Amino acid sequence: MLYFLTYRDIAVRYKQTIIGAAWVLLQPLVSTLILTVIFSAFSRFETAPAPYPVFVLSGILVWLFVYGAVTTASNSFTGNVNLVTKVYFPRLIVPLAATFAAAFDFIVALPVLAVFFIYFGVSLPSGVFIAPLFLFFILVQTAAFGIMFSALNVRYRDVKFALPFFLQIWMLASPVFYPVSLVPEKWRLLFALNPLTGLIEGWRAALFGFDFDWLLVGVSTASAIFLFILSIAVFRGMEDDFADDI
Amino acid sequence: MKALELENISKRYFLGEGRATSLRDLIGRFTGGNKHVKSREIWALRQVSFSVEQGETLGIIGHNGAGKSTLLKILSRITRPTSGKGTIYGRVGSLLEVGTGFHNELTGRENIYLNGAILGMRRSEIEAKFDEIVAFSELEKFLDTPVKHYSSGMYMRLAFAIAAHLEPEILIVDEVLAVGDINFQRKCLAKMRDVGDSGRTVIFVSHDMQAVTRLCKRAIWLRGGEVVRDAAAAETVAEYLHEQSQTGAERHWPDNESAPGNDIVRLLAVRVCDESGKTISAADIRRPVFIEMTYRVLAGGKVLVPNLHFFNEQGVCIFISHDWFSGWRDRPRETGIYLSRVKIPGNFLSEGWIYVGAAISTYKPLSVHFAEWDAVTFNVIDTMEGDTARGDYAGVLPGIVRPVLDWTTESSGI
Repeated sequence: MLYFLTYRDIAVRYKQTIIGAAWVLLQPLVSTLILTVIFSAFSRFETAPAPYPVFVLSGILVWLFVYGAVTTASNSFTGNVNLVTKVYFPRLIVPLAATFAAAFDFIVALPVLAVFFIYFGVSLPSGVFIAPLFLFFILVQTAAFGIMFSALNVRYRDVKFALPFFLQIWMLASPVFYPVSLVPEKWRLLFALNPLTGLIEGWRAALFGFDFDWLLVGVSTASAIFLFILSIAVFRGMEDDFADDI
Repeated sequence: MKALELENISKRYFLGEGRATSLRDLIGRFTGGNKHVKSREIWALRQVSFSVEQGETLGIIGHNGAGKSTLLKILSRITRPTSGKGTIYGRVGSLLEVGTGFHNELTGRENIYLNGAILGMRRSEIEAKFDEIVAFSELEKFLDTPVKHYSSGMYMRLAFAIAAHLEPEILIVDEVLAVGDINFQRKCLAKMRDVGDSGRTVIFVSHDMQAVTRLCKRAIWLRGGEVVRDAAAAETVAEYLHEQSQTGAERHWPDNESAPGNDIVRLLAVRVCDESGKTISAADIRRPVFIEMTYRVLAGGKVLVPNLHFFNEQGVCIFISHDWFSGWRDRPRETGIYLSRVKIPGNFLSEGWIYVGAAISTYKPLSVHFAEWDAVTFNVIDTMEGDTARGDYAGVLPGIVRPVLDWTTESSGI
């Protein structure tokens, strides 16, 4: 069932679009281009040895996944009312399917990153094999937010309005287009409470061979796991009333 | 063995702003500043208890808002009761709607998989039944067309085909039959009977009393969230209809000028009853039905012939009967109160509502003293126990009468 719902979310997205999958590639490319132009002109971030476009693309891909997954997961119940009021199945499947569908887009867009690596002549470090581990925890924390918001959205429609605002702040507070080194040392651990901080940092460290800041990664991973458990607890507490609240 | 058991199930809903539905309300509640929160609570179900045996077919009837849908939602775990305990033994498949989760952009093929999964079928099950589902829906040619291009009939056919191939131990169905054409409804009914016959448990909610009596052995009548009656389907339906019917099975006219009639004879009462003399609004098709007319003869010396006219729901006159063989056809009446009674044999009328008109005439010379149309009504119910003219056939059976006739068939060899 999780498979079929994920399949539905993906299939529906690509039907009736002229360029289909190209949208998934276009979005990060355009964002990368804009950010590269802006930040090359105004300020330069210290991202060596990675060229800034590759650096920023690696962050944007992750961010677009988080953004897409959290947005669709949050609306997964309110957009499928009949699934809630007319049939029973484990409710958790619905936000998870939305998250996995977004993860599919991420995978489709991944070759763009490979092309950037080749074009800018960046070689993969030996530590790259642990990159999927960071992606896994990014998936975990994204699912956590999606699950939590999807449940809250059923009862409190404020979520719908608050979400774009929240996502905007979240992006700025995450090292998507800047390196964590920009953040003063004493604030970094506080920053790491945002799971994306350490996880994006870890993902980039694995891709570009930076030194791992294990404390940062550790705090963020712990935060991701904590949020996941919390979101499941919130979800469990609310799911029985979904049919009545929606 | 029990399929499910409910003990004192109650369900409360809040109307209006009883529950915080936005953060503003929630904050208001915490700070105590939101005084306008008014909660009107509604008990959709009160202390409902019953159990269903495995293989039983149970009908649930009642007016809109009686709690039927809430009960189904609790049985299919969509919502939980406010109090009480329910235990379900076995896999539940609920059809509160056909085509749940259908997506317009997806093709028929894709929707079969998607909807099947939503209804709780495993992938292997869907694959095993895929061809059967397609054949049942008769949509082979349109399998790869997005369902948004389907007509509503095609859409329903596909949706029902999937649902029909669901094989849960307990099947819960809500009013699915209300949509679709006659053929489609017939197909649905036949399929549901198959499910019941195969030893699985069926719980069926409907406003179609004929469907309920045809499909279910037992029925529960809900009113205001409470179980009013839990008995054999025909019995429960009869009581429910009796309460509903306006004209009713019994009617009295106080003995005065306004009663139907003239200076010679006036009608006092008409009623429908069974062999024991009990007034009935629903009649088992197999049992005889009696119509009684009570009237007062005001002026003696005339020959009076009571006659009754029977009409079906379509207004077709089924037959007319008059008192010709009881010895009164040429015997002048004296003043006084008379009671005329006619017996309509069992296995004769077709199922459905019968409207009875009552009249008294004199033939030589012809005059009609009164004719009261729609004097009484009653409902003929064809059970599905196999010994009526219907037999095991679950579909629509046309015809204004439904006699059981003697058939012989001989084989002449080759």
